[in-house]
Amino acid sequence: MAGKSEGLQDLSTVYALEPLAAADWLIVGPVAWCILIGALLLMLRKRTDVQPLIAIPALVVLVLMTLGLVWHVAANGTQTMTMGRWLPPFGISFTADLLGAFFAATSSLVALAAGIYGRSDVDDSGRRYGFYPFLLLIMAGILGAFLTGDIFNLYVWFEVLLIASFGLLVLGSGRKQLDGAVKYAFLNLIATTLFLATTGYLYGLFGTLNMADIAVKASELRGTAPLMTLVTLYLLAFSMKAAAFPVNFWLPASYHTPRLVVSALFAGLLTKVGIYALLRILGMLFPFEREELSFLIAIAAVLTMVLGVIGALAQNDIRRALGFLVISGIGVMMAGLALGSPAGLSGAILYAAHSMVVMTALYFAVGIAARLGGSFELTSSGGLYTRHGLLAGLTLVLFFSVAGLPPMSGLWPKIMLVKASLDIGAWWLAGAILVTGLLTTISVGRIWILAYWRPAPPDRSGDAGASPLPLGATAALAGLVALTIAAGVWPEPLMALSQEAARGLIDPSAYVLSVFPAEVQP
Amino acid sequence: MEPLFAILVGALFTVAIYLFLSKHVIRILMGASILGNAVNLLIFTAGRVTREVPPIILADSDSLSDAAANPLPQALILTAIVISFSFFAFLLVLGYRAFQELKTDRSDEMRVAEPLGEQSPPTGY
Repeated sequence: MAGKSEGLQDLSTVYALEPLAAADWLIVGPVAWCILIGALLLMLRKRTDVQPLIAIPALVVLVLMTLGLVWHVAANGTQTMTMGRWLPPFGISFTADLLGAFFAATSSLVALAAGIYGRSDVDDSGRRYGFYPFLLLIMAGILGAFLTGDIFNLYVWFEVLLIASFGLLVLGSGRKQLDGAVKYAFLNLIATTLFLATTGYLYGLFGTLNMADIAVKASELRGTAPLMTLVTLYLLAFSMKAAAFPVNFWLPASYHTPRLVVSALFAGLLTKVGIYALLRILGMLFPFEREELSFLIAIAAVLTMVLGVIGALAQNDIRRALGFLVISGIGVMMAGLALGSPAGLSGAILYAAHSMVVMTALYFAVGIAARLGGSFELTSSGGLYTRHGLLAGLTLVLFFSVAGLPPMSGLWPKIMLVKASLDIGAWWLAGAILVTGLLTTISVGRIWILAYWRPAPPDRSGDAGASPLPLGATAALAGLVALTIAAGVWPEPLMALSQEAARGLIDPSAYVLSVFPAEVQP
Repeated sequence: MEPLFAILVGALFTVAIYLFLSKHVIRILMGASILGNAVNLLIFTAGRVTREVPPIILADSDSLSDAAANPLPQALILTAIVISFSFFAFLLVLGYRAFQELKTDRSDEMRVAEPLGEQSPPTGY
């Protein structure tokens, strides 16, 4: 800056941070990697044979990167990278705390499984429509949402994942898909627009969009600014994304329509991004307002989990029943948010991770079952146990896991949540979680008895040909089943991780200190 | 200036919500477009409306003057406009394709994914 007058500091030195350590690239690495590979695959759209050969190794690298990020954050605390090396809050910060890193790693594992499963589930036309590019791009949106430290940037990642999810949902443009996509697209667009409007209000009140900055300023503004209005609007917008009652009706209308691997990916990941945003914004940024709203959230949670599972009981199409079970699980996570205690939040975090893996695997299992000559209809399926005992066994493990029966991974977060509810005397919340578990057991037990245990219907027994298990798809399923068993019998590391993540939400001082190191406090 | 803009934003939200209550996809689409613009105006207003000074730091100063306009909301709106435009384009095509395939643009007649007389699950083994 030649020719500037005396006495002024060179702003380019004041407003820039130190160069970054190499390990810090792990924070933006996963997102950048997904966009890069997504763009590459888009160029190779017509080379349907090459696409999975690039996408699956790329997803393996993604899993390694996000696991590395978890290890880095667990060892060295919350990590921040601010774009352009600008001083926060002027640059957009990416802040990876334990919650974001844990969710990022879990969702990458799910995406890898979906990539492998998609090899056999998505035919050439589906690949030409861009299944693999969309898979990578939706992961960019999801990981960006988990790792960003800027609330407007969170909105942008929501839109990235939403537009990629539209692409996946209408892949192939069947009649059912278009019908489901109309409802899914409009309701999700309204939810994200509401999120954007609320962010506009937040900017008007706070004058900042950096989450750490908001966390610091919220306590100063609490007396004067209408923060309750703001937080209630956020609750509505994110509840719509998470499919909580009464704004959940887009989910059962659309989740059974696309290709199975897409349903599986959506069921595993998309609603959990809404839960993540609720945990981050209500749990970390506005804990006092969350406390005020906790009774409302608890009512919504109870209605979501109970009505969700009752909806599952009424379905004949197994995919639709699973869609309702996704909603029911969201209710259990909302219960943890309503409690707000360390045990409640860590239960919600662990349940979200469990649900990511198990819901995806469940869709995989019924997809393989339907391909092997069963069908998605309960009335006309059966006989899978005699023909494919391995598949029936894997499915039974998943059914136990989703119902929260030991020794699978669904048990521990439910125990944490029930105990946290009883600790504050909310016996009705604990009761609702247990009743939901019972109804889920009935619901999935009936699916297992009718579709697997029951002998094949007489008109189909002729085609009891030994069509072999599809190898790649079964491997993806078995991998996810192994995860849920491992997390169930050896839960201590994950429980410690989720408790640490919940502590980071309740006391965001480490998060703030990571964005604003002591020497650059605003 | 802000109260006037606030009233305008409120009016646009009202129109958008009225259109959302319609059963015709094309009206819902127009509602989505108006809602996007209402939110853009909201962000603009939330950044405080000033008209005197463009946000340029002069050579002998190292900060903006107090009367300068706020450039950040404009950057936010620019992002939001691009996103809402691309969404509008997608939804327009989606609505049209749905109309072609389903032969209706009334949302309550779109029952392919959730048929009315759906079979109940079997009650016995």
